[in-house]
Amino acid sequence: MTPTLDVSPAPGAAPMARMVAAQAAAEVRATLRNGEQLLLTLIIPVLLLAGFSAAPLLDLGEVRRVDFLAPGVLALAVMSTAFTGQAIATGFERRYGVLKRLGATPLSRTGLMLAKTAAVIAVEVVQVAVIAGVALALGWRPQGSPLTAALLIVLGTAAFSGLGLLMAGTLRAEATLAAANLVYLVLLGCGGVVFPLTAFPEAVRPALELLPITALTGGLREVLAEGAALPLGPAAVLVVWAAAALALAARTFRWE
Amino acid sequence: MDRTRSVSVRPQPNDQNPMNNSGIPQIGLNFRAEILDARLSAPFPAAEPRAGPSRRLLTLVGMESAAVEIDGLVKRYGRTTAIDGLTLTARRGEVTAILGPNGAGKTSTIEICEGFRQADGGVVRVLGLDPARPELRARVGVMLQAGGVPPAARAGEWLRLVSRFYARPLDPAALLDRLGLTGHARTPYRRLSGGQQQRISLAAAVIGRPELVFLDEPSAGLDPQARHACWDLVGDLRRAGVSVVLTTHHMDEAEKLADHVVIIDRGRVVAEGSPATLTGAERQLRFRARPGLNLDELLTGLPDGSAAKESPAGHYIIEGPASAGVGPELLATVTAWCAAEGVTADDLSIERRTLEDVFLELTGRELR
Repeated sequence: MTPTLDVSPAPGAAPMARMVAAQAAAEVRATLRNGEQLLLTLIIPVLLLAGFSAAPLLDLGEVRRVDFLAPGVLALAVMSTAFTGQAIATGFERRYGVLKRLGATPLSRTGLMLAKTAAVIAVEVVQVAVIAGVALALGWRPQGSPLTAALLIVLGTAAFSGLGLLMAGTLRAEATLAAANLVYLVLLGCGGVVFPLTAFPEAVRPALELLPITALTGGLREVLAEGAALPLGPAAVLVVWAAAALALAARTFRWE
Repeated sequence: MDRTRSVSVRPQPNDQNPMNNSGIPQIGLNFRAEILDARLSAPFPAAEPRAGPSRRLLTLVGMESAAVEIDGLVKRYGRTTAIDGLTLTARRGEVTAILGPNGAGKTSTIEICEGFRQADGGVVRVLGLDPARPELRARVGVMLQAGGVPPAARAGEWLRLVSRFYARPLDPAALLDRLGLTGHARTPYRRLSGGQQQRISLAAAVIGRPELVFLDEPSAGLDPQARHACWDLVGDLRRAGVSVVLTTHHMDEAEKLADHVVIIDRGRVVAEGSPATLTGAERQLRFRARPGLNLDELLTGLPDGSAAKESPAGHYIIEGPASAGVGPELLATVTAWCAAEGVTADDLSIERRTLEDVFLELTGRELR
């Protein structure tokens, strides 16, 4: 007994907003359900924040450890979602033909990119809430304007998304997986996330300051630890990275 | 081979058949295709009742664009020419099956129609439009040959997601039920069996209630039950007026489902027509015996216009003259000859050619 089903033609695309919302929700669900992704986006940042706040391992002079760490860990969270997580997820979507299959639905490529951006921002909201909550519980006293910090996070998201999509759209999925994790580790180590730049030899510091992660950690620290207005240097570095990476990704991205 | 031609290629006068002018191979005729050419003009009263001249006329004068129209399609990959001047038409409301050996160009052809690949030459129209046109995405359903679903996505969730891209989708739960997958709605795609994965892909192709569906090997890897569920759904689509273009290796699938079969080989159409026109109405006498019997000798005892061949070794096929076919006398002559030769004819049968016979005649038996 097979039930009857009216399959007579009634074609039509859903409104763009509904398609984007559905796709974004699916991507958020996929991220929050994926153990490796959660490790990267929430567990590692929270452990670094709590661990280095509690243990007197860092030589920070007068600055309270949690006030130094919270902005760095927020930057790390942005990188983990916009760059590492997005690169790996998109790389495997390409490999499994998901991007190709979605290309045969009414969801346009623009719509798909909007959905990915919305999903990244939604996950970041969760991350910021959790990390800020833990930091406040550890005695964090944030300074400066939250809006300025949010603007830096948006710029950082654009820069890291561009780099992640550049990688996902050109390398094989396995290569993306390896490279994205490696870059995450390297940038975590030398981008001022946990270890201050003063820990590095003076000769390499100017080069490190041009990294997107350093710009984001430095910028967030100036705002949240020192109460500065929008730090123009780091913001400019992020804008250049975002423009270059997104333009290059748009030119080189292979959907299949 | 010569013996076969001497009979089958002979023209068979017939002017009443409305199929006379349609379905005849248009291009890419090698001499093997001529066999079919002649067969196509044989009288088959039951052939293609749905494709009468009026419908064809409408298509020809452009009042109704075909579901798919391909003219002189060329596709190259590096120095290899995968599609070499392919021309075919899939009519609206019909199931069109594209048959061919591996590497014949089936998937390339279908993916150009789906807008995934660019043609290097020729013209392709899908529902009268360039395949790259974005408005086709809502009107055309696609089932890829493999993949296309995130491995971690649950079956039901994936279908619900795809359904949200369309204005008037089918109910995902009802569709799962229809394909016997209700119990697997919460199973991640990667944990489904190959056949269940195929059915999810099939469901996603039809969920947007498209006018035209492309199915690339829809029943590959399906167990018999799942295969019938798939066939039933294609039958539903056809009855509902949805145009279906599918590729397949399975002759029985094409024979059962398709209104129109297009056999392609080396990137060209080698024959097309309804399953009935392709297989012909004539019956054949078949038997197995030791290889290398002298068929020339047998033929001298058979009526003029008979044909005999051994293909593959040890498998014999005898056809009677077009007017008489395989009658009792021919049967008696053949068995008497076998007795005289001292061989027993095993598995002796009289039956119509199958699409598989036609396919192998056209594309050869060698493995590729």
